[in-house]
Amino acid sequence: MTDKRMTVDEAVAEVSDGMTVGIGGWGSRRKPMAFIRALVRKGVKDLTVVSYGGPDIGILCATGQLKKAVYGFVSLDSIPLEPHFRKARQNATLEAVELDEGMFLLGLRAAAQRLPFLPTRAGLGSDVLEINPHIKTVRSPYDDGEELVAVPALNVDVAFVHMNRADALGNGQALGRDPYFDNLFCMAAKKAFMSCEKIVSTDELVSGGPLQSLLINRMMVSGVVETPGGAHFTECPPDYGRDEKFQREYAATAKDEAAWNAFRAKYLEVSESEYQKAVAS
Amino acid sequence: MSIGEVTRADVCALAIAECFRDDGEIMVSAMGTSPSLGARLAKSTFEPDLLMTDGFNLLLRRALPLGVKPSDSDVEGWMPFGAVFETLWWGRRHVMMGASQIDQFGNQNIACIGSWQNPKAQLLGVRGAPGNTINHVTSYWVPNHNARALVAKVDMVSGVGYDRAAELGPKGSRFHEIRRVVTNLGVFDFNTPDHRMRLVSLHPGVDLQQVVDNTGFELVIPDGVDTTPVPTPEIIGVLRELDPQGYAQKEVVV
Repeated sequence: MTDKRMTVDEAVAEVSDGMTVGIGGWGSRRKPMAFIRALVRKGVKDLTVVSYGGPDIGILCATGQLKKAVYGFVSLDSIPLEPHFRKARQNATLEAVELDEGMFLLGLRAAAQRLPFLPTRAGLGSDVLEINPHIKTVRSPYDDGEELVAVPALNVDVAFVHMNRADALGNGQALGRDPYFDNLFCMAAKKAFMSCEKIVSTDELVSGGPLQSLLINRMMVSGVVETPGGAHFTECPPDYGRDEKFQREYAATAKDEAAWNAFRAKYLEVSESEYQKAVAS
Repeated sequence: MSIGEVTRADVCALAIAECFRDDGEIMVSAMGTSPSLGARLAKSTFEPDLLMTDGFNLLLRRALPLGVKPSDSDVEGWMPFGAVFETLWWGRRHVMMGASQIDQFGNQNIACIGSWQNPKAQLLGVRGAPGNTINHVTSYWVPNHNARALVAKVDMVSGVGYDRAAELGPKGSRFHEIRRVVTNLGVFDFNTPDHRMRLVSLHPGVDLQQVVDNTGFELVIPDGVDTTPVPTPEIIGVLRELDPQGYAQKEVVV
């Protein structure tokens, strides 16, 4: 079987200008931040990001690499609205597709199932349909004849997710209490890459947690990267919680150009290992 | 404050709890401080069958004080986000959300101020409001009742109101219900022929004119408006146990 171990930079080499990128996690929780930092280093631009958004969307807004965001929300959790995203929206520098959180999930599921859409009531009567004229409704072909929202598939070119553990083959384990939808992100993508806190043997992986924690199987991913602290500064329980102090420092840079430039130079224009050293010091 | 002193925040907490009366065995999701307190009060007293989470992914068998992390012995089940979506589409849920703006038919906005395309202020975004309101019972909490929050027309419909629901016809709107709006000044519902917002009761110490002056649309005002019930000493005791730090006291504008 194929050993899929690689580096973050080898993984993001698959991303080119104008691509649509799916990002796993939720808000400021278990985000594949090492991949985001690698995307910044690579300087790839005009990206579309599909995400239950957090600092992934915020950072790519701040670096000017994001053309379009497709999201159910963009939040840092302890800071309810992502400040760099807020800035981009209020300056009208970002194309946005804002969906109800549940519609977003159905769009991912539709993509994963290779369907054009999935139906739901969510969105009916709200302005989500006004601001997204590309989203149409569909009438039930059965006797009820009910009109429903046809949430279009959220297909992505490349997906990135971060797990607690994985093996070299691409089996991945989420040890936290919420798996989020990382499996669907992988299945909605043409190609998916997984980072993890630690690569272990398949034996250790299987014995390291309940079977239900094995969220990702090796069919879903093309590459595996060991990136300790790879979700920092978002939380990655049980390995670590959110670095709230660091997150506050990051959030404050949205209102201070000089602070942002300093943050960027210190934390984003460096290799992942230099980043982890800078954070530890 | 002393145990015996009853505050506006206490009246609001009881009024919020009353929104969940007779809900039975469904999940309550209460967003924000006073809604969390009110829902916990309901579960601790007259509505023990309610299911509630820790705000993350654990279903808890009892209502804990605000700010207290659950221990293993408090847990009764698992409710990750995937299960939250299934539950809300299933309809066995009553959510109480905040509202940056709400209009006379109960359309709610938490998304942005100004046009969505070019917002003056980006707020939270629509989050789950469209799906919540069209799938199950919703109530709202407004801690600072003023004419910028209770408006003639919201800037963006996030949560669906009765006029929008009616346009969908009986099939599309059959799971839509906005039960109540609780503010720092009073309690409101939509039990009118055309589902316009109606004043149900004024909190003690609030006069009708204050509500009228601070509402950006014409409320339906029935003859003989009630006064919102004041919590009994027993209820006050439960509230003090559930909010020992007094978080809700700080939230409510008097």
